[in-house]
Amino acid sequence: MSDSPVLDVEGLAVTIGTRRGPARAVAGVDWSVQAGQTLALVGESGSGKSMSVLAATGLAPRTARVTGRVRLLGTDLTEVSPERRRRLRGRHVGFVFQDPMTSLNPVLTVGRQVSEAGEEHLGLTRRAARARAVELLDLVGIPSAAQRVDAYPHQFSGGMRQRVVIAMALACEPDLLIADEPTTALDVTTQAQIVELVADLQHRLGTAVVWITHDLGVVAGIADTVAVMYAGRIVEQGPVDAVFAHPAHPYTVALLAARPDPAARGADLVTIPGAPPSPWELPTGCAFFPRCPVRGDARCEHELPPLVPVSGRHQVRTFYPQATDGEDR
Amino acid sequence: MSETTGRSSEGQLRRTLSALRHDPLAFTGSAVLVLLVVVGVAGTWLAPAGVNEVDVDRMLQAPSWAHPFGTDELGRDVLSRVMIAARVSLQVGLVSVGIALTVGTTLGLLAGYYRGWLDNVLMRCMDVLFAFPVLLLAVAIVAVLGPGLLTATIAVGVVYTPIFARVTRAGVLSVREQVFVRAAISIGASDLRIMRRHVLPNIAAPLIVQTSLSLAFAILSEAALSFLGLGVQPPEPAWGRMLYDGRGFVTEAWWLGVFPGAAIFLTVLAFNLVGDALRDVLDPRQLTVSEARRSST
Amino acid sequence: MARFVIRRLLQSAVVLLGVTLVVFLLLQLVPGDPVRVALGTRFDPQTYEALRARAGLDQPLVVQYFDYLRRALTGDLGVSFRSGRPVTSIVLERLPATLSLAVTAVLFALLIAVPLGILSAVRSGSFIDHAARVFSQFGVSVPDFWMGIMGILLFAGVLGWLPPSGYVALTEDPARWASHVALPAATVGLVTAAILTRFIRSSMLEVLAEDYVRTAEAKGLRTRTVVRRHVLRNALIPVVTVVAVQLASLLGGVIVIEVLFAWPGIGRLTYDAVQARDYPVLQGAVLLVAALFLLMNLLVDILYARLDPRITVE
Repeated sequence: MSDSPVLDVEGLAVTIGTRRGPARAVAGVDWSVQAGQTLALVGESGSGKSMSVLAATGLAPRTARVTGRVRLLGTDLTEVSPERRRRLRGRHVGFVFQDPMTSLNPVLTVGRQVSEAGEEHLGLTRRAARARAVELLDLVGIPSAAQRVDAYPHQFSGGMRQRVVIAMALACEPDLLIADEPTTALDVTTQAQIVELVADLQHRLGTAVVWITHDLGVVAGIADTVAVMYAGRIVEQGPVDAVFAHPAHPYTVALLAARPDPAARGADLVTIPGAPPSPWELPTGCAFFPRCPVRGDARCEHELPPLVPVSGRHQVRTFYPQATDGEDR
Repeated sequence: MSETTGRSSEGQLRRTLSALRHDPLAFTGSAVLVLLVVVGVAGTWLAPAGVNEVDVDRMLQAPSWAHPFGTDELGRDVLSRVMIAARVSLQVGLVSVGIALTVGTTLGLLAGYYRGWLDNVLMRCMDVLFAFPVLLLAVAIVAVLGPGLLTATIAVGVVYTPIFARVTRAGVLSVREQVFVRAAISIGASDLRIMRRHVLPNIAAPLIVQTSLSLAFAILSEAALSFLGLGVQPPEPAWGRMLYDGRGFVTEAWWLGVFPGAAIFLTVLAFNLVGDALRDVLDPRQLTVSEARRSST
Repeated sequence: MARFVIRRLLQSAVVLLGVTLVVFLLLQLVPGDPVRVALGTRFDPQTYEALRARAGLDQPLVVQYFDYLRRALTGDLGVSFRSGRPVTSIVLERLPATLSLAVTAVLFALLIAVPLGILSAVRSGSFIDHAARVFSQFGVSVPDFWMGIMGILLFAGVLGWLPPSGYVALTEDPARWASHVALPAATVGLVTAAILTRFIRSSMLEVLAEDYVRTAEAKGLRTRTVVRRHVLRNALIPVVTVVAVQLASLLGGVIVIEVLFAWPGIGRLTYDAVQARDYPVLQGAVLLVAALFLLMNLLVDILYARLDPRITVE
């Protein structure tokens, strides 16, 4: 495995200007992903997992202020012009979003939507791009792709639409695929198919994948490393085996405990009492303190715990690392 | 869901007032409206001269200290007439929108709550009224009933009834299916009680917004009717009528065209500004959906 | 698609029937005897009886209505109480003037509203956005006849560039038609532009917030391409409806402007009929306008279905 990561994020922070004042969506995170590897970003909605990826690639909302360093294939995206960032993004990063019902344009044929990135970034002619779109639709398992290329999104089922979205994401053979909860909006059987499809494509194309999810079941199946986010910060990260076997942060422990039977994966996992802090008023101390079953001491409440190593590359942000024997994968 | 039924109306009111105070445009609009109401109520006493103090010696005088808005073709003080005419505009606006609100909301409630043939009949009737351009229908109604304050008020009221019926019906349809309404039905609460206690409070927000915006349109319609000589009849002054009477002199006496029209414009603008601010607060889906969607990821 | 068209056609027919009933009842609402009121001082027993019989007023109400409906369907809208001429031809004569004014006004409005609305949404929060919002707030609040008077004051009075009022047919002398239509069309057009700008802006903002726009941005397309290919088409589909509804309402709703500018269209005709208590002409004008309005709405719904692939299949 090469040592230079495809995407490397350092000290990334995102503050979004809203009517209620600035909201701290991401409060400083570091992660990276290597070619052919899968990083899972796990957390509840609002934990900043999606925002950290969107901001890193220049897709944050216009009112967002983004700081930190983001290197895509060695180029610092925060230092290049928006124009160059746009081109790098289109050429090297593919996105699969959560809801295939809304992420496709209803008035354009799927073929047009799959082919347009190739025209823009690879300089393909309209005709070549269309032929390529048929190939791509075939690749992601759309039956009789040559005919379906001229169909409109509403003529596809949810699972098939998500395949179209994946085909779109792969149009320029990206080095990095970002999958933002791509299975959440799908039914259970379709979820499994999509997970398998992405894993298979990753294997064949050697793409790095950042998989954003709140579903630990998916993580166990596909990720190499996992980063658990809470209130805009990473609270625990490391190789997926280490984190699952020995979760050290009370939050991760609670998440794993709340996980339903693996056979019924896909159900919402959050049954931890309380709610995450408001991004408008992040506490000075550990953000999980109010909900924490361990509830250490005043230090937890007032002082932010640093990210410390547990073992090897397994790190945790708590003053009270748990010595649990989690479950095996 | 329970908090949307009763408790929050107080908080909503406070939020609304605070929003009106903090939004400079809405604040200006509200201030203009307060001023208008004062002038409308006390215009006769506040005005420097009477409405119909004719004085041929001071015909068509340009604005001066004695007559800040000038005088008209009969030597009447334009400022006084503009002030006294405020009452007519406000009165027609408020009463006609009151009629439209009462009738439209009732019809919309009945249609949306009982559905079925009643819904069909009522809404087709509203469709028929909707098939006429607003001013044309108002003109036709006034034409057959005879011009005047009362008929103009009725005509404007009729014209704006369908929109209230539609807004109410749409609201009722969505509220009807919600848990607390179904619960109320299941414990056998009377229809009237359910509508009053559960349905109406939940559709109040769009109705308030619609009322405020309709006031603006109603006042514009009244001005148009009186411009056509179909509103309040002379000697009582009305802004629209003053413009109509002055239009022949306007190239020599610009003030006859400028001031009554500016009065209509400011009044309508004030209602629109307040209405828009209310919509932002009470019906936030309308404008903030993009912000909300984008920052939720 | 065919079923959709048929359903809308039937719906419109029902509403049109309701419209005829309302228009018919207008005459019944006149306090007293409409023919007597209309004749006023020109009353003479012979004319009176003739007009009453022609209008069918000596029949029972239900008979009168079905008679009215039957004749209306064959294009007979009665005769004018004043001139004795057929209402249908009186109304149709006025159509070109109104049509040319309404179409010019809508074109003028589109010329302003489309670029302004789009720019205002794409550069939300910028100077142009603020300017657009001030403009649309101004336009929806200003009484059109007042703006017309101000226009006359400035362009006919102070500058002397345009005639203050009057009408020349487009077919007769296009240049003079243009100079006469400029002020009324600009007046109506500015108000319409304000409404359209507001609508286009909010429609664009709504589409800009759609997930598929983010998808398009994620592909690294140029902003221009994203706006043109992904936003505009989706955002402008609903705009078509609003434009058509505006046009339809202008066909009957420019009474005040036609009166102010002495423009001999349907609005002016309505006004004159009201003044003269010529009820059959009033009824005819109102009926025609409402029918046009319904027809436009019907056409728009069908057009809408053609533009949006999601509807076509159903």
